[in-house]
Amino acid sequence: MAKQLSSPNRTRPGLFQKELIGTAIRESFIKLNPAILVKNPVMFTVEVGTLIMVLVTVYIGVTGDTTQGSLAYNLSITFILLVTVLFANFAEAIAEARGKAQAESLRKTRQETPAKVIRPVGEYKLDEVQTISSAQLKKGDIFLCEAGDIIPSDGEIVEGLATIDESAITGESAPVIREAGGDKSSVTGGTKVLSDRIKVMVTTQPGESFLDKMIALVEGATRQKTPNEIALTILLAGFTLIFIIVCVALKPFADYANTPITIAALISLFVCLIPTTIGGLLSAIGIAGMDRALQANVIAKSGRAVETAGDVDTLLLDKTGTITIGNRKATNFYPAPGVSQTDMVRASALSSLADETPEGKSIVELARNGETDVTRNLSTTGATLIKFTAETRSSGIDVPLPGGESLRIRKGAMDSIRAIVQRAGNVFPSEIETKANEIAANGGTPLVVIENEAVKGVIELQDIIKPGISERFDRLRKMGVKTVMVTGDNPLTAKFIAGKAGVDDFIAEAKPEDKMNYIRREQTGGKLVAMMGDGTNDAPALAQADVGVAMNSGTQAAKEAGNMVDLDNDPTKLIEVVEIGKQLLITRGTLTTFSIANDVAKYFAIVPALFTLSIPALQALNIMGLHSPESAILSAVIFNAIIIPLLIPLALRGVEYKPIGASALLRRNLFIYGLGGIVAPFVGIKLIDLAVGLFI
Amino acid sequence: MYYQLLGLTLLFVFAAGLAVLMGRYMSRVFRGQPTALDVLTPVERCIYRAGGIDPYQSMTWQQYALSLLTINSIWLAYALLALRTQASIPFWNQGGIPSMDWSLAINTAISFLTSTNLQHYSGESGATYFTQMAVLTFLQFVSAATSLAVGVAVVRSLQAKTSSNVGNFYQDFVLSITRVFLPLSVLGAVWLLLRGVPMTFQPYTLIHTLEGVEQTVATGPVAAMIPIKHLGSNGGGFFGTNTAHPFENPDMVSYGINLINVLLLPIAFVVFVGYFLHRKKLAWLLFTIMTGCWLALTLPIIQQELTGNTAVSLLGVDQSMGNLEGKEMRFGTLGSAFWCGVNVVIPAGTLTSMHDSYTPLASLFMLLGMQVDAFYGGVGTGFLYMFLYLIIAIFIGSLMIGRTPELLGKKVGIPEIQVAALIMVIMPLLYLGATAIAVAIQQANPDIGWLSNPGFHGFTTILYEYVSSVAGNGSGFEGLADNTPFWNLTTSFVMFMGRFIPLIGPLAIAGSLYRKQYTPPSAGVLPTESVTFGILVTAVVLIIGALCTFPALALGPIAEYVSQAK
Repeated sequence: MAKQLSSPNRTRPGLFQKELIGTAIRESFIKLNPAILVKNPVMFTVEVGTLIMVLVTVYIGVTGDTTQGSLAYNLSITFILLVTVLFANFAEAIAEARGKAQAESLRKTRQETPAKVIRPVGEYKLDEVQTISSAQLKKGDIFLCEAGDIIPSDGEIVEGLATIDESAITGESAPVIREAGGDKSSVTGGTKVLSDRIKVMVTTQPGESFLDKMIALVEGATRQKTPNEIALTILLAGFTLIFIIVCVALKPFADYANTPITIAALISLFVCLIPTTIGGLLSAIGIAGMDRALQANVIAKSGRAVETAGDVDTLLLDKTGTITIGNRKATNFYPAPGVSQTDMVRASALSSLADETPEGKSIVELARNGETDVTRNLSTTGATLIKFTAETRSSGIDVPLPGGESLRIRKGAMDSIRAIVQRAGNVFPSEIETKANEIAANGGTPLVVIENEAVKGVIELQDIIKPGISERFDRLRKMGVKTVMVTGDNPLTAKFIAGKAGVDDFIAEAKPEDKMNYIRREQTGGKLVAMMGDGTNDAPALAQADVGVAMNSGTQAAKEAGNMVDLDNDPTKLIEVVEIGKQLLITRGTLTTFSIANDVAKYFAIVPALFTLSIPALQALNIMGLHSPESAILSAVIFNAIIIPLLIPLALRGVEYKPIGASALLRRNLFIYGLGGIVAPFVGIKLIDLAVGLFI
Repeated sequence: MYYQLLGLTLLFVFAAGLAVLMGRYMSRVFRGQPTALDVLTPVERCIYRAGGIDPYQSMTWQQYALSLLTINSIWLAYALLALRTQASIPFWNQGGIPSMDWSLAINTAISFLTSTNLQHYSGESGATYFTQMAVLTFLQFVSAATSLAVGVAVVRSLQAKTSSNVGNFYQDFVLSITRVFLPLSVLGAVWLLLRGVPMTFQPYTLIHTLEGVEQTVATGPVAAMIPIKHLGSNGGGFFGTNTAHPFENPDMVSYGINLINVLLLPIAFVVFVGYFLHRKKLAWLLFTIMTGCWLALTLPIIQQELTGNTAVSLLGVDQSMGNLEGKEMRFGTLGSAFWCGVNVVIPAGTLTSMHDSYTPLASLFMLLGMQVDAFYGGVGTGFLYMFLYLIIAIFIGSLMIGRTPELLGKKVGIPEIQVAALIMVIMPLLYLGATAIAVAIQQANPDIGWLSNPGFHGFTTILYEYVSSVAGNGSGFEGLADNTPFWNLTTSFVMFMGRFIPLIGPLAIAGSLYRKQYTPPSAGVLPTESVTFGILVTAVVLIIGALCTFPALALGPIAEYVSQAK
């Protein structure tokens, strides 16, 4: 399964926390209000049935007329029906309560903080800083944040640069740098400025930030049903109608056969046949899906976006950070002919000692890990650093030697180094040229090192593919998702890395419009495309993609364009989002199947119970050998009621998605939930009947 | 008996083999590819010109449905008028036949318009040669062509492309007549003529029997009606006793021809789906489900009938030949039971034996077969029902593997589920609702004289009448005094609804699907051609289509059976 990405201050709540259960039970009763329950047609009809049973019970209690069965029997049925509705309400309420708890902890990050708003004074450009509460910030306001301040609202840096501690949101303790302009200009409310000073413009109205939207979604307040959910509700309403017809028609049928049926029996048959199990759990499943997304630190703008993620056919992934670890690393030193390995490594290490780029650091690191640590006696005291420029396309160091001479070490791309070497009248060894080309063909980058214009050797830099990433792509392939790597590398290198990582396709030397065109092309073929991005130039593609996940660190434009925001800025998050979406649909599908398959056993429990008194021969249909008609009906409704709370954990956790291929998955789920749905109630009803039989 | 069983099996295999050829031919016809019958093109052109039809103008599903309903209402008006006045139509009139009263005329017209052919009249005494030919046989052709046309339009909409139009109704309709039903009927009629089926306008003949009494022998233009009656899943016979009558079905050869005619086009339609959509695996899947379920219903009927009636054997009557009550001796128990099994799943619903006399469990399987109406089912209509079950199975199955549902590359969404669910609700509402009303009236007036057998069997009789009407089957359980305004009008209503709702509904779904973008298959999509999916479809059919009548069946056939077994 996907790794859990919970932040230290937001641990995943257990399925049933004590304080949540209290709230949920209270909510279950509030939800009995027919005006609320009518949105769930299946459970609404159960409530209507319960009301009828209340009337029947009261009538029996007042008149003492027992033609409709004993008072105790009718009372029990009424009670169980009421409990059935309450169980269903509880399922929804507990899902909402968990969502709320989750949202509450998110909300803590948005406590009221003082905001230093900058207001222009008069006609002069004299700014005055005024401290107000964060709640009073409006879109377009500019505020100031200095080291130690909590950022009061989401916004975009308009001036300055700062290191920011985002651990309150992401759980990641390492500070990040955010600066005006570029793709790292966005800041999130609740995070803390560690150093420097920035001016930030508020980008959202109070109460309308992504987080506010997500909180409302998880709490269920504004949760709109997705098309799939509406279609399923219609189908379930259809089943309910069919069984209303079946049960209403049964009354004249039974009269004709001179078999009086009690109202309790008729309503019990009806409640057992309609799909109460899925009807009761449906909204809980939906809320729990959103909740799972939030637990993965993904803010979805709608439930539909999460579901669509489960359908994605094509996944566009950036190479850097997703498929490979951030930057290239040195993996090998190849000395030129006549140069010793130690010499070569020494030169390379020396050239990079003062080099702060990740590549440079990795060269030093590799040198240090060699058989003999050649870096120990190296010193760069008094040395001059030669920075990389676009003209020289090389960098290096000039180390003064005791004799007034200096040691000039350079490293860089082969053609620029060759130019330097040949200008000095030295030979560029063909072995080095061959080696360099070989490295390039294997997806690496060759860096040639020279000392005083003489070639020392070549360093191989390689992209490091993230461990475990090709297994993830395998998993995606089994889900039926095609992965596409997007990279600025040349096609040769791109092809090599794509092959090594196991992606299905790649876009090399990618420009923003290439992404866009690729997405369009896939979509014309009827595919759903997901992508992740952070930059402003990603925004059009994010908007075009069916599922666009923007990184929280990205620009406001990117966040507006996508339909999800990833708080962790983790490029592999898409894979988790796809699984959450699938899980959501699977949970609905399997529980629907289970619910409908249950009907077979319920028929065999109730139908003989309805008629055996008048037509004893129909006892032959009582294949479960249930104790008596009353116990059979009671057992069936009890089973029908308690299956709902028994399945709540499954509804909240979601049915696990196994990437074993569509056919195998269907076989597996049909076996577990279809066949299981037929068998389970036979066993369950029989067991309950054994217990009920003791009392009747 | 084993030879007989082998013969029947070979007959089925032969029919299925012919159906493969026919399905491939139909695919060519409706794709507009050349066929041997292209000589008829000028004839068709004349028809189009006479009707002012542009056959190349494709219609939206609404226009298609509207054209269908318009022309059907014209036929209905014509049929009503003719049946009401048949006594005064001077030609093709054998004499002595009265015009039908209003309720019977409505019932007869609607039952033939809907391919049901319930026949609350008896052909010999209730219809003139004119109405038999120009009204009833005519309606058998056009109603069958209507269902075939809709079936074709729906299949066309499942193609891997996108369009907002489903085809031209008139073209589909005319081609169904000229390329499918007419040629086959002509062939069938000539063959039946050779077996001795009459085709004459002579009045009935009066003969003196050996016993010295006078007997009227009814005859008429029979051979023209018999093939289309079977080919078009109609089932309305020339004579009251239907296919048991020697003039409709003289011998075992004609039995074979007629049976092949019943099976041919419903099976051919499945083959047509495979060829037309280039989805042979799907066709195989449907064929397997349909054949499997048909056998699951027919074999118990045969077994029950061969076992005989325990109530009769208790009287000391030998049942070693099976339950012979109500069977035609020429076809025997096995031949009749097999015929019955075919004709309840395919709503031709023609009879060679009295269904009333079957054993209770046999009637249970008959009811299930009619109710589902998709184990082959009627020409075109059987596929339409199966299409609805497929939509629901796809929906549930796709969710189960975590995909938004899609059928053959088209997303199944709210409108499709809405229509499918609506039809699934309306069908039981029609037959259970009507049965509830009828049994309530019967219960309130025990002397109303409807039922020859009260009790559980009487309940089965009433349920059978309505299920048969809704399903467009039209076979009668008999034992019901059905030519009364109540029965004529209530069955007319359920026949009409049970016909046109399941024709228009799938058309609406098809129209919606055809407009959607096609997605080529990918690894994550629910495989519609796998065994697992076949099991899912079968389960959906059984649980939704069949199980909802379990309480009713318990009070009818099951109660009768268990009481008998005691």
